Amino acid sequence: MSEQVGVQSSSLTERFPEIILPDSRTGYSGFLVKPENLVVVAQALRDEMGYDYLSSVTGVDYLPENKMEVVYHFYRTIGGGALVLKTQVDRENPVVPSLTPLFPGAEFQEREAWDLLGIRFANHPDLRRILTWEGFHGHPLRKDWKEPFFEEEAKPFKSRWPEGHVYRAEDKNPFHDNLQYPAGFDPEQWSPETDELLYAGLKRVDKSDDLLTEQVVVNLGPQHPSTHGVFRMVVVLDGETVVDLKPIMGYLHRNHEKIGERNTFLQNMPFTDRLDYVCSMSNNFGYALAVEKLMGIQPPERAEYIRVMMAELTRFLNHIFSIGFLLNDLGAFFTPMLYALEERELILDVFEAVSGSRMMCNYFRFGGVARDIPVEVMEKIRKLVFDRLPRKLDEMDYFITNNEIVRGRCEGVGVLTAERAIALSASGPVLRASGVAYDVRRADPYSIYDRFEFDIPVRYNGDIYDRYLLRLEEMRQSLRILRQVLKDIPDGPILSGKPQYQVRVPAGESYGRVEGPKGELGFYVVSNGKPNPWRYHVRAPTFINLTSLAEMCRGQKIADVVTILGSIDIVLGEVDR
Amino acid sequence: MITGSGILRGLWTTFRHFIKTYLEDLRSGKKRYFTTEGIELRRSPDVEGIFTIQYPEEKLPVPEEFRYIPFLVYDEGDNGEKEIRCTSCGICAKVCPPQCIWIVRTNDPVTGKPIPQPKEFYIDVDICMNCGFCAEFCPFDAIKMDHDYEIASYDRFKEHIFDLERLSKPASYYAQIRPTNFMREEAARAEKEAQKAAARKPAS
Amino acid sequence: MGTESLNSPGYDIPPEMQSQVAITTLDKIYNWSRKNSLWPMMFGLACCAIEMIGTAASRFDFSRFGMEVMRPSPRQADLMIVSGTVTKKMIPQIVRLYNQMPEPRYVIAMGACASGGGPFKEGYTVVAGVDKFIPVDVYIPGCPPTPQALLHGFITLMKKIETQSLRSVPWYQKTPGEPIPIPILGPDLMDPRKFDLIKQVCSQREEQRNTEPEGESTHE
Repeated sequence: MSEQVGVQSSSLTERFPEIILPDSRTGYSGFLVKPENLVVVAQALRDEMGYDYLSSVTGVDYLPENKMEVVYHFYRTIGGGALVLKTQVDRENPVVPSLTPLFPGAEFQEREAWDLLGIRFANHPDLRRILTWEGFHGHPLRKDWKEPFFEEEAKPFKSRWPEGHVYRAEDKNPFHDNLQYPAGFDPEQWSPETDELLYAGLKRVDKSDDLLTEQVVVNLGPQHPSTHGVFRMVVVLDGETVVDLKPIMGYLHRNHEKIGERNTFLQNMPFTDRLDYVCSMSNNFGYALAVEKLMGIQPPERAEYIRVMMAELTRFLNHIFSIGFLLNDLGAFFTPMLYALEERELILDVFEAVSGSRMMCNYFRFGGVARDIPVEVMEKIRKLVFDRLPRKLDEMDYFITNNEIVRGRCEGVGVLTAERAIALSASGPVLRASGVAYDVRRADPYSIYDRFEFDIPVRYNGDIYDRYLLRLEEMRQSLRILRQVLKDIPDGPILSGKPQYQVRVPAGESYGRVEGPKGELGFYVVSNGKPNPWRYHVRAPTFINLTSLAEMCRGQKIADVVTILGSIDIVLGEVDR
Repeated sequence: MITGSGILRGLWTTFRHFIKTYLEDLRSGKKRYFTTEGIELRRSPDVEGIFTIQYPEEKLPVPEEFRYIPFLVYDEGDNGEKEIRCTSCGICAKVCPPQCIWIVRTNDPVTGKPIPQPKEFYIDVDICMNCGFCAEFCPFDAIKMDHDYEIASYDRFKEHIFDLERLSKPASYYAQIRPTNFMREEAARAEKEAQKAAARKPAS
Repeated sequence: MGTESLNSPGYDIPPEMQSQVAITTLDKIYNWSRKNSLWPMMFGLACCAIEMIGTAASRFDFSRFGMEVMRPSPRQADLMIVSGTVTKKMIPQIVRLYNQMPEPRYVIAMGACASGGGPFKEGYTVVAGVDKFIPVDVYIPGCPPTPQALLHGFITLMKKIETQSLRSVPWYQKTPGEPIPIPILGPDLMDPRKFDLIKQVCSQREEQRNTEPEGESTHE
């Protein structure tokens, strides 16, 4: 992986000798580029060097240096490591040219950086707040921004021990709640946000030569049975046909990153469970990889096998759950879901026995896993993998795949072409169903995935039906990996070194990514040698997959929007963080 | 593909599931419901037909590692007094991710030096995320994760900050909910004691 | 389980009629029917919603308690399960949904987040407990509460309903209940009931800032 980057780095510096500088800070990698040259370099990366996939865009607030940095992670869809590009701007008035015209997949991520860090992106088509609301005071991820319940810069808080006199945080707030307002603020003068700006950004078709039918704006959500949680879509309808659509999120914005920057490295582990709460094990995996990369440690053999086993069980669990939900969205209310949930309960029993909790596993530690798998649980996993799950998967296949309604509603609906999927930075099943064989487990292998035999299923129509079939096939491949894991799993320790609650993480940056069940899950961690990360960013796959939602929905019927959303398989905990 | 066959297949799958319940009922007879054996059968990978565990009459047993709200372990002395294991070292409060543990350390009234015993110990269960770090990193096996999940209440302001009294539970309770962990820890402790004793002997 | 618990004490019913006849009070029969036909609203917020779905599914199956279907519309529901973290962006909608629910209505705060903010309490867009805005009947601790814990919460709520009296429940009073004012999103969440307090604190702070030298943070 590092070799490839090396080759590329020379050609990049050769191509732009004047304007590209290698990032020479200790523990950092990648290249620095001035904001004014960013677009030129990015274009060359895409068109000349094959870095066609912009995976992650995020900002870092370097308060001591009075700089704001934007970090871009580029990949090639043929595989290989990342090319990291950074640009630094002044903290007071940070303006960076937007890469959205080149890489439309950057749209939401740039909006997020604007919302949380206050970095402006020039030429961005729709730079509004995304996770908080218009009118929100301040940019919360800036290091000098303090929340109402702010106690200390870093955990552990001193008020807890040894003089830990208990109180509720709201008792110390003048409003007796989690609130703060700018000084001199008068609530009666405030005019609340209307959605005009949002509605103005919606496209409408020119109907001057047509019959005089009105185009209506319809809001779906945030409380809507089809939106898989608290998610809102604003749809412009011409009759029943969708003209334009905008997703609105942030209804579950729980400040994961702000809290994560105050937590110690280990304390973030249980918080990652609550990102994509359907598959907590995969989230643990990604975060553990990112921090282990910084610490330079390797888990022992057995731990690696256990990790892969848990990640693949999670993939199975997530896919069967999402298929159940997709059928729900198609109108087969709850019956297929019940079958899916039966299998899920059985896998959750395994997770509960191993980790202690059904959903919030908190099972991975830096350098291994928390505890070993008991013998009887291992037996249960064996029974599940070799007998029950394949049988039930075939039953699901028989039950659903050739159903006329499923095919009628799913085939040819919500199409995303391969080029657009790459441009929109889609990942996971959405990308692979569009004909791009990109799976991090193969493209940039991590852990011990290079030891197993498995296929990366690809389908080429890019519609809902293909996404469904792809998930089905991925579950088969997961079982295939699991069979190999169960055959080869060695005995031995499950943690390298002693269990520690205060790990020492050297200064530097790292980006750990795994192929989560929903797509590429990345953790960007910046450490400055202190016990808590300086910057902690999550590249949430479903958040970025939502960028392509509008494109998939245009021209479809309103009833299909629900199904298309179901086929992306979003989890709001991860979308909003 | 004949039109309608997909729907028939779906109906067949559901119907088969329905019939299997009765077949299983015939096969296993009375022991299928309201017995430990029946519950185990219905949660095993071999289960067919009905899947429901009828809480509260039947309760799904939780595994040993199951974690809910933490509790403090105390050993029962010979005269029935409570010897709380916690030494108020504060590791649990430091490691707690949402910082929901509050500890007041006891200070000797004369010398003012800390005594290894908590004066007050609170857990705000409205913040606790059941992650189990406190139990995992406690060096004295003093704080453990409870199995009791039936703690719904009507008033959080009165009942949701657990104090020392509410949190304390005897070691026998701990041994009952986590037998293997308890045995392992007791063995480790006995070994340590033996080592200490052995180290003391040559000196004396 | 039904008839036995319905009988009022002090009436002798001949043994042969005990399975057909029950002498009871209006309160009892009303509460009995009420508690055995709670219809929860299909309303998921966060992680706990997944456990709620798990509770509705085959293993735990809360239709055994008469909660046969979950209704996505507040108009057809009488139990709101606040299942997950309540954020400031979402609370106006939650209050609106609560106002739209017909009375009698009950609220369960499922999990630590809904009860008091949970692990995310320190966050800047998290409401520290849904009871800051709507009245909650039962709190279920846990993160997330397991399905069995949720079922225990339902049973706890049923016990509460059993003890209610038609005379004292708020929905049968002479004066109709006022809807809860819907919070507004400003620079931070604004509860219309607290406007005076907000004004007062903000103007105080303004004065402080004017009198004190510069460089003071506006934050607590």
